[in-house]
Amino acid sequence: MIKDTPKLILRDIPDLHKVDVYLKNGGFDAFKKALTWTPDEVTNEVKKSGLRGRGGAAFPTGLKWSFMPKGIDKPKYLAINGDESEPGSFKDRQIFEQNPLQLVEGILIAGYAMGLKAGYIYIRGEYHKWVKLMEDAVKSAYDAGFVGEKMKETFGTNFSMDIYVHKGAGAYICGEETSLMNSLEGERGYPRVKPPFPAQFGLWGMPTTVNNVETIATVPAILNMGAENYSKIGAPKHPGTLLFGVSGHVNKPGVYELPTGTLLTDIIYDVCGGVIGNKKIKAVIPGGSSMPPLRGDEIEGVMMDEESLKPLGTHIGTGGIMVMDEDTDLVKITLRIAHFYHHESCGQCTPCREGTGWMEKILKRILKGEGTSKDLDLLVSVANNIEGNTICALGDAAAWPVRGFVTKFRDEFEKRVKPSREFVAPNVVHGKVTSKDKLVFA
Amino acid sequence: MEIRFSEAELKEIEQHKSKYPNPKSALMPVLWMAQNKWGWLSNEVMQYVADLLNLTYAHVLGVATFYTMYFKKPMGKYHVQVCTNVSCMLHKGDEMFEQVSNKLGIGHNERTSDGLFSLEEVECMGACGGAPMVAINEDFYEKTNISFVSKMLDELK
Repeated sequence: MIKDTPKLILRDIPDLHKVDVYLKNGGFDAFKKALTWTPDEVTNEVKKSGLRGRGGAAFPTGLKWSFMPKGIDKPKYLAINGDESEPGSFKDRQIFEQNPLQLVEGILIAGYAMGLKAGYIYIRGEYHKWVKLMEDAVKSAYDAGFVGEKMKETFGTNFSMDIYVHKGAGAYICGEETSLMNSLEGERGYPRVKPPFPAQFGLWGMPTTVNNVETIATVPAILNMGAENYSKIGAPKHPGTLLFGVSGHVNKPGVYELPTGTLLTDIIYDVCGGVIGNKKIKAVIPGGSSMPPLRGDEIEGVMMDEESLKPLGTHIGTGGIMVMDEDTDLVKITLRIAHFYHHESCGQCTPCREGTGWMEKILKRILKGEGTSKDLDLLVSVANNIEGNTICALGDAAAWPVRGFVTKFRDEFEKRVKPSREFVAPNVVHGKVTSKDKLVFA
Repeated sequence: MEIRFSEAELKEIEQHKSKYPNPKSALMPVLWMAQNKWGWLSNEVMQYVADLLNLTYAHVLGVATFYTMYFKKPMGKYHVQVCTNVSCMLHKGDEMFEQVSNKLGIGHNERTSDGLFSLEEVECMGACGGAPMVAINEDFYEKTNISFVSKMLDELK
């Protein structure tokens, strides 16, 4: 059973988005604490906490911050990634709604640690309401003198920075960090080749760090409780609390803040009230639609943190858990996922642009009952040839789920395809058809 | 119709420009303003935005066509968006799309002849915990069902 677990971000305090309520509940204490340290000490504290990025790659946050060049006379920027377009992910919007000022405070701490000029919160265009909520929160923080020029006086410091909200306009690819930067620059959201990495050549050619909304919103909590205490929450190599967004066939879907390393079965059965109609589970996607699935008979004992999921061939991703019951048509689901990545491929790299389309086409054929068992191998082959051969991770994101579903649920796919491809090939002698032989390809 | 922002809107554009070191970055916010004002981005609107921001028409067109939420043709007064991605599909979002499509008599990215409704089969809107979901213009309706959506569409007529 899940005991009472700490809530570091989605704290149960009504009206926490209002400045006065936030202040009454320790608001900006963490930033004030940061100001008593040197910037490097702040970065080291984040390093010591073991905090890893919540946007999908689980990269150590403090280490990322330390990549930013020091002692140079250039403006430096932070882009806060709230694009949240991965199907199955809906956690950041909970932060915009419930605790936007903690995100603002986190940005200030990151800004002080890295010596930033400004932070840009990039929010997906579909989140009209949440863009507005975040804009209101930023404005209220400005009005109260916590952000911008006025913060120098408020906090008695030489440091100041600006925070802006930038609204996207419907492009999954903009959640990729270099694509997000292009989008912020008023360009099409095409990913950039790395290197140069954002810390060297980022927004407008200046040193830039890109962090997920949840990652930054966690930082004030780390400073408040101390890195050591934070590192003791959850899984040792991937500590802290994580916002799990659970969707699909569960009785109580939603966003739940739980320690990393929580058992997947506890999340499904205890927190989310089990599967609708008490059905069996056929498949679970553990971290958003780009992560390979787990079979229903694999989930017993699975802990939800990056180091526990890696040996199972999947990842924590964005913590978006999608539960599918025994009656789910996985061919249909795989086709839907393939369609999504085909739709969202930006078209720069051939393997992704063409491969995602091929995978969709083959899966459509299988769904119609016109596929053969060779098509299953072909799907895996196409996926293998996309993976690792593209500028950005969208290629991998498209390849992994298709390959994952086809290999883990091969039995189900086999039932939907013809065993072999049959050709009626004419036997031609001197330009005349003499007989029709059936050629069978295994 | 004359394509021109009001003085107040031009001031807002200046404000957007001031947020970024390069005014080109104001393109997306300005395209949003233009779409909110004129409903969609016609060639004339894109040319006007290009002139305002000292960009080429080709660049503005390139950006406007890259992002699906910028409309390149007139849409309905009520833009109905039905999500059919995985979490919604697990709750029959795909059937909901078919039903709404039949009810309105239009398909994906089409508009009713009276210009009242347009329909879009959208990719994940980030409301997976509230599947199935439908959005009408900027408002999300989560954990919804066809009878609720149907009634709402009737009321909007």
